[in-house]
Amino acid sequence: MAAAEKPPVSGTGSVVLDGALTWVDQRFPLISTWKAHLAEYYAPKNFNFWYYFGGLAMLVLGIQIVTGIFLTMNYKPDANLAFASVEYIMREVPGGWFIRYMHSTGASAFFICVYLHMFRALLYGSHRKPRELIWIFGVLIYLLLMGEAFFGYLLPWGQMSYWGAQVIINLFSAIPFIGPDLSLWIRGDYVIADATLNRFFALHVIALPLALLGLVMAHLLALHEVGSNNPDGIEIAKHKDAKGIPLDGIPFHPYYTVKDILGVVVFLIVFAIIVFFAPEMGGYFLEANNFIPANPLQTPPHIAPVWYFTPYYSILRGVPPLFHSQFPGVVAMGVSVMILFGLPWLDRSPVKSIRYRGPYFKVALAAFVVVFLVLGYLGTEPITVWGQFGAWMGNADRATVVARICTVIYFLFFFLMPWYTSIDKNKPEPERVTH
Amino acid sequence: MKKLIGLAGKTGCAPFPPKGTSPSRGIETCGAYIPRIGALLQSRCNSFLTGLLLPAAVLFGSPAAMASEGGVRLDTAPINPTDVISLQRGARTFANYCLNCHSASLMRWNRLTDLGLNESQISDNLIFTGAKVGDLMDVAMTRKDARKWFGAAPPDLSVIARARGADWLYSYLRGFYRDPARPTGWNNTVFENVGMPNPMWQLQGERVRVEPAAKDGETKEGHGGAGKSVKYELVKPGSLTPVQYDETVRDLVNFLVYMGEPAATSRKQIGIFVLLYLLALWPLVYLLKREFWKDVH
Repeated sequence: MAAAEKPPVSGTGSVVLDGALTWVDQRFPLISTWKAHLAEYYAPKNFNFWYYFGGLAMLVLGIQIVTGIFLTMNYKPDANLAFASVEYIMREVPGGWFIRYMHSTGASAFFICVYLHMFRALLYGSHRKPRELIWIFGVLIYLLLMGEAFFGYLLPWGQMSYWGAQVIINLFSAIPFIGPDLSLWIRGDYVIADATLNRFFALHVIALPLALLGLVMAHLLALHEVGSNNPDGIEIAKHKDAKGIPLDGIPFHPYYTVKDILGVVVFLIVFAIIVFFAPEMGGYFLEANNFIPANPLQTPPHIAPVWYFTPYYSILRGVPPLFHSQFPGVVAMGVSVMILFGLPWLDRSPVKSIRYRGPYFKVALAAFVVVFLVLGYLGTEPITVWGQFGAWMGNADRATVVARICTVIYFLFFFLMPWYTSIDKNKPEPERVTH
Repeated sequence: MKKLIGLAGKTGCAPFPPKGTSPSRGIETCGAYIPRIGALLQSRCNSFLTGLLLPAAVLFGSPAAMASEGGVRLDTAPINPTDVISLQRGARTFANYCLNCHSASLMRWNRLTDLGLNESQISDNLIFTGAKVGDLMDVAMTRKDARKWFGAAPPDLSVIARARGADWLYSYLRGFYRDPARPTGWNNTVFENVGMPNPMWQLQGERVRVEPAAKDGETKEGHGGAGKSVKYELVKPGSLTPVQYDETVRDLVNFLVYMGEPAATSRKQIGIFVLLYLLALWPLVYLLKREFWKDVH
C-alpha cells in the first residue's frame, strides 16, 4: 500500500502526537496492528477466572527476562565461581536478593500459570478445531519452558543443581546404543563440569528465551487468526452484526486490558507474599540442599526435582526396569509429555466445553487432575514415604504401587479419550454465550 | 581415585538432610543404597534413581558414611532474628569458636554493622587475624591442611543455616558427647561419627551418653523417638551451666541464621510496604474495570 493512501492518524488530542503517529503509520503497520490485536480484536464477553492465566504467563515471562538480564550482570558461569557469585548477588549487589528471588519465584510462578492455562484448555476445549495449532505452539512453549527451567536450575551450582542435572542427563544414557555417547555430548565432559555449566548458561540466557519469545508470538498470532474460545466452547463468529462484529464479542482493549490489570494486581499480591516472606516456599521453590555447593564426590541422600517436574519424575521412577535397563521409564516419561500434542485429535466429542459434556469426560478429567497431583506429590518424596505393603504384596513400597496405578490412569485418560468422548451423553450447546 | 574414595568415606562427608525434615527421611532413599553396588539389582528401593546415578557412583565412589545420620528428633531453636543483643553475642561466639577452622567466605566483616556494631567495634572485638574490616570472613587454614588434620575441610558456614536449618544446628551443637571409639574422642547424637570434635567443650564440659541410641537405618520404627531417649551425664562440668550453654548455642544459631541471609529482616520490612501498596491499588483497578464494563451485558 502506498503511504499516501493511508488516512492520517487523528484523535489523540495533540496535533504533534497525531503528526508523529501519522509519520510512523505511513512507514510501519502501527494502526493496523493496534487494531488487529487490541482495539478491534473481538474477544468473547464471557471470559471467567481461568482466562487470566495466559496473560499472567506473559507477565511472568517479562519478569523472568528483565530479572534475568540483571542477574546475568553479576552471575559468573564458572564452576569455581558460580555458587559464590549467586551469594554475592544475594548479599552485596544492591537489591540483588530482590532480583534473585523474583527470578526464582518467577520460575515456579511461570509453571503455575502455564499449568492452569493448559487446564483451562482442557476444561473448555480450547485445543479443539480450529485451534489445534494454537495448542501445538502452546505445548512447544511448555516443552521449552521445561528446558529453560532445567538449564537454569544448574546455574546456582548447588548440590541439587548438580545432582538433579546428573539424573536428567543420565536419562539420555538409558537410550539403547547411542545413550552413553549422547549424554557425553550433552555434558561436554565425562562428568557435569564447567563445560556443562557454560553451555547450560548459554542455552538458558540466549537460545531458549529467543525460541520462547518466537513461539509466544506464534501462539498469539494463531489465536488472533481464529479468535478466542470461551467457557461455552461455542464460536462467537457465528452471530455477527451488520458491521461484521461478533454480537457476543467485545474489543480486547479496553475491556480485557482493564480486566487483566485486575488479575495482575491479585497475582502480584500473591507473588509479593512469596518473594518477601517465603522465598523458599518450604523448600519447594528453593531447596535447602541447593545452599550446599555442588560436590561431585557426595551424592545427596534424597534427590528430587523441583515440583513442576515431579509428576513426570514419578512416572519415570514408577515404571519397572526391563532387562536392567531404565529405558522403559524414560520412554514412558517422554510419551507422557509428548502425548499432549495429540490431544486435539484424541478428543472426539461434538461439544467443547465441560459445561455441555457428559459424565464420562467429567469423571476422566477429575481422575486425571487427581493422579497428576498425586504423582506430583510422590515425585517430591522418597519412594519409602508411605512405607511398605506386607508380605502379601511382596513388601512393595506403597508409594511405588500408587505411582504405578496413577501412571496407568494418566495414560488411560489419553488413550481411551477417543472412546469415552464419542459415546458420552452430552448436553445441547446454546446458540449464544452465557455468563 | 582410590584415595578420593577413601577420603570421602572416612571423613563422614555426611548426607545433608533437607531442611526442616527429620534426617531419617534420607536414610532409606535410593541414594543411600548407591554404595552397595552388589546389592543394587535386588534392592527393593527401586532402582530407577540408583540406576541413573550408578555411573556417577562408580566413577567417584560414594560416601560410605551415607547412612550414618541418626534418626533424631530435633529440638526447636528458640531464636529471634530481631534480637540484636543475641545476634551480637552469637557473632562473638562465632568469631571465637567457629572461625578458626570454618570460613564464612561469602560474608564480609563490615556487614556486621547490620547488628548495630560500628567498624572499629568489629575490628577491635571480633577480628583476631590481620583481616581488614572490609575483608571476607576467611580462614587462614588451607583446605589442604584441613584435609590432612581433620580428614575433610570444614565446610564454609556462610549459608549453612539455609542448608541445614536452625533446628538441626541447635540440636547438633548441643549433641556432642565423649566417645573413646572415635579418633577425636568425640561423637554427636545428631550427626553420628562426625569429624569435628566439640569446639565448645570448655563451655559445655564433657558428657557421656548413658543410653546407647537405637541403631538407625534398617527399621523405620526406630526413628523419631530415639532423640528423646538419649540421656547424657556430665562427667566434667564446663565453664557454663547447661542452661547458659543452651543460651550460648541459641545465640550462635541465631547469628548463623542471620548470616545465611543478611537481608532477610529488611526483606520482610520492605515486603510489608509492597503489600500495602498493592492492596491499596486493588480497589482502584477494580473500580476502573467496573466503570469500563458498565455497558457489557
